[in-house]
Order: sequence, then C-alpha cells, then structure tokens
Amino acid sequence: MTEPTDPPEPTVPAGPAGPVEPAEPAADLMVRAEQVHKSFGRLEVLKGIDLEVRPGEVMCVVGPSGSGKSTFLRCINHLEKIDSGRLWVNGHLVGYRESGGKLYELRDREVAAQRREIGMVFQRFNLFPHMTALENIMEAPIRVKRLPKAGVRDRALALLARVGLDDKAQSYPAQLSGGQQQRVAIARALAMEPALMLFDEPTSALDPELVGDVLEAMKQLALDGMTMIVVTHEMGFAREVGDSLVFMDEGAVVEKGTPREVLADPKHQRTRDFLSKVL
Amino acid sequence: MADLTKPTPEPARPEAIKAVPVRHPGRWAAVAVIAVLTAMFVHMLVTNEKFQWSFLVDNAFRPNIIRGVWTTIALTVLAMVIGVLFGVVLAVMRLSDNPVLSGVAWLYTWFFRAVPRLVLAILFGNMGILYAKYRVGGVPFAGQLGDLMGVDIDGTLFTLDARTLLTGFMAGLLALALSEAAYMAEIVRAGILSVDPGQEEAAGALGMSRFQTMRRIILPQAMRVIVPPTGNETIAMLKDTSLVAYVPVTNELFFQLQAVGTRTFNVFPMLVAACIWYLILTSFLLVGQYFIERHFSRGSAAGQAKGLRAGRRETA
Repeated sequence: MTEPTDPPEPTVPAGPAGPVEPAEPAADLMVRAEQVHKSFGRLEVLKGIDLEVRPGEVMCVVGPSGSGKSTFLRCINHLEKIDSGRLWVNGHLVGYRESGGKLYELRDREVAAQRREIGMVFQRFNLFPHMTALENIMEAPIRVKRLPKAGVRDRALALLARVGLDDKAQSYPAQLSGGQQQRVAIARALAMEPALMLFDEPTSALDPELVGDVLEAMKQLALDGMTMIVVTHEMGFAREVGDSLVFMDEGAVVEKGTPREVLADPKHQRTRDFLSKVL
Repeated sequence: MADLTKPTPEPARPEAIKAVPVRHPGRWAAVAVIAVLTAMFVHMLVTNEKFQWSFLVDNAFRPNIIRGVWTTIALTVLAMVIGVLFGVVLAVMRLSDNPVLSGVAWLYTWFFRAVPRLVLAILFGNMGILYAKYRVGGVPFAGQLGDLMGVDIDGTLFTLDARTLLTGFMAGLLALALSEAAYMAEIVRAGILSVDPGQEEAAGALGMSRFQTMRRIILPQAMRVIVPPTGNETIAMLKDTSLVAYVPVTNELFFQLQAVGTRTFNVFPMLVAACIWYLILTSFLLVGQYFIERHFSRGSAAGQAKGLRAGRRETA
C-alpha cells in the first residue's frame, strides 16, 4: 500500500464552522484531486482538475452549465470513472488500489464500501418512490450497515426533525413538495454518517419559494462542521456559508479563493463575465 | 325586477342551473339492439335441446373433471412461478455488461419464442427417445476422451431413467415454463428499463450492492410495469395448459372434458363446459391480479388515488 495520506478520523470535523486555517498539512485533506481528466467519447469534460478540500470545509463550485462541475462531483464517489490523474477521499484512492506502482480496479463491493463515507444529494432528489420518507432514510443503514432496526428508526426520526420534517415520516415522496423531498434526501444521505457530503445543484429543480428551506438545512449542516462540496448557482449561499469558492469553466478550474474575494474581485475575465450574468 | 335603490350588502347566490340535458337517441337505439340480440341468444341457449344442460351439469363436476381442474391449476401456477423466476434471471443476464451472459439470454429468448408451445409440448413429451438413461454430472465427452487415451472412463455420477424424470406432467410443465420464461424475460426487461436511472445511482451512492439495488430498489418499482402483462401471461398460460394433452398429460381439465364428450357421443355440451370452467378460473385470476397491482402501486399517484397506506395528502 503506497497511499500517500493517512486517513484522518472521519468523526472529528474541524471544529465549528468558519474558515479553517489555510496552512494545514496535506495529510489531513478530506478530498485531494490531482490532474483529474475525464472524457465522454471525444468530448473532454475535465481537463486536469487540481483541488483540495480540508475537513470541515464548505466548498462551493460554480460555473456555466457544461463546465464539468457536476461530472467532477460524480467522479468523487466514483459514479464516473476518471481517465487519468488521482483522486483521494479521506485518504483512500477512489475506485482503485495502488500496489507496486500498478493500479487495480476495486470490486463493486469495495466501491460500495468507499461510497458509504460519502453522502450525495442529487438535483432531482432521486428518493425511492415506493418507500415512505422514513423508509427512505432507514433503508441504507439497515441493508448496508446491518444496524438493528429500532435504533435506525430513532435516528431516522431525529434526522427528519433536524431537517424540519418530523411530521412527514409516513408520507410518500409523491406527497411531498420538491423542497421537502430534497430535505428528506439530505436526511437519507446523513443517515449513513458520511464524512463528506456532495450536493449536485440541490436547489436547481425547486420552485423559487422552496429553495430557502433546503439552503437553511444545508447551512445548519455546515454549522455542525460537515465537510461539503456544493455545486450550485446560489451565490448568496456561497457567500454566506462557503469557506471557499471555485469557478470552473470548460473542464478546468479558472479561479479559486474565499467567496468574498472571488465574488467581489474576480481575477479572470471569464469569471467576471459569468458573475456579471448571475449576480 | 330587483329594487335597485336599496344597497345590496352581498350579491345573492344565483339559483342552481336547471337545464334540459342533451338527448342521446343513438345510445337508446344501441341498447335496444343489444337487448334484442341478448334475448335471442338466451332463447337459443334455453330452447335448443342440443345444449343438453342437464347432461352438462351432471358431467361437468365429476371427480375426474375436478382432478383435471386441479392439474390445470397446478400446471398454471408452477409454470408461471418457474417462468417468472427464470424470466427475472434472464432479464438481468440480458442487461448485463458481460456480452456472453447477454448473448446467451438473447439466444434463449430467440429459441423459445420462435418454437410454438404445442410443438414444444410434443417435443418434450418425446425427449425420452434421446436419453433412455440420463447421465448426471461428470466430465463432458468422457467417453470420447477415454477412447483417445485408451482407457475406460465413465464420467457419470448417477443416472436417472428418462421416463421417471420426464413423466408427462414434468415434460408438459417444463415445456410451458421454459417457454414462459422467454416471454417473462422480455416483460421484466421492459420493467427494469422503465425505472429512472437516478434510482440506481442513488442506491449506489448510499453504498448498496448491485444485488441489493436490484432487489430493494429497481425490481419493486419495475413491478408496476411488470404485473399487468404478467396477468395477461397467466391467463394465456391457464389456457395453454390444454396443450399438454399432446405430451400426453391425460389428467388435465380439457382432456378430461373431451374424454367424457367422446365417450358419451355428447361432444358439444362438454365443449361448453370447458368454456365455463375456463371462464371461472380466469375470473379468479383477475381478482388476484387486482390485489397484486394494488400492492405494487405503493407511493405512486394511482396508489394514492385508492387511498392506500398512509395516503393522507397534506402538502401544499
């Protein structure tokens, strides 16, 4: 095993929210991407992404559609395979095992084990429609972690309360509004007690008046110290909650910095063009 | 005329509309025609003595007929259970990334959909010609290999007499079940493909295995698409059990009814009895299908309309 980093304790987030000291040792990184490339056929969507996310950091990724930000997010939990480069989460190489200078593909079972420490929230919620909100949240802890049902149920109800939906436990997804569904989806991801949460445009499919509740739930999560990567168009959320802001365009990171810096004083022309359209 | 000088605090609700409804003379004409035709049909049933209703009633419920009914039900249920289970396996194979598995499933489906069930039934009934003794286990081509090396190898673990393995019932059952599996494979495949790919991604992102995802997430949702055509298949199967008379399976419903008819030279009443029996059995199947469909509509719009499980609609 020549893994370059030691896995940090996943259960210890870096204290309360707020910018973490920038000069942390590389060994403590939650996500580390090195020259990540990805193509779909002849179309190159990621052209060498280098990024680092520290534990407890909330990183917002913005950019025009087709810039590769969602694809990058999906690479982090191996829903997409990367073509070249390296990607580590919590000290583990994603999707591969490196041994003797060679890469070995992980088995489905090992990939599944890696994904347990990464929660994902989708743009279109992807709740299981044949299960109630409560059953949606309980499914993975019972089937994947094989935890006893009673304890899982208590925790699931607590999670529902945390996202403000304790009265919707017995409702099916089709009976919930989009914003309620997305908050159930957040609770479902949290039930696996992940070390890292990925949000893929979590509010883009919502009616405008429902966006606030979802962002509030995400903000609470950030305040509790969760490490989050959020692909979003909500600049207000990025400014208020984000520790760092990444602007991507055409498969590359154009600019990275604190949200205040990037939003107030973008260094690159492309960033300025994009922000002038969305702000 | 209303008094316009006094201020009216609130406009009175106007009286409910009473209008003369549109007349539909065409509908009444159709009803009359149907009534006349029905009366003629009933008249024929009652007055034509060739129906021999008393003979039908006396003979349609004899013990051998009832045994035939049970055989038919057993064949239908077993063939469908095997067909559905094997069909699910074939559908998953067909959707596999492995080209060999996918190809084998395609080939199977191609063969069993191409050959008529009647031909299959007769073919399986005559399988005993191929193997008087069926060898189980051991090395393939053991005899040929032994000849090459000049030694006598018997790669057989144990043998079964084809006539005990492939009794008429087993042969008929296999013919029906294997053929059904091919059709069910296509139905299940359509069901699996109807499920939003985001469901598989969400389950995968939660760390569920492929098997768990299929068993817990994909198939339950696919069932809503799978069940209605499967009901169709079950009804078709109930009727196709009459084909095993050619295997031959003699204690099956249609064969028994026909036997009574030919023995007594009263063929027609027994054919009517067959219609009645199949109508009764199919009606039971329809009731079963209704409950199965209701079960798998959990969480869907249709399920809520029927007020199923915690169906309180409380969202804005």
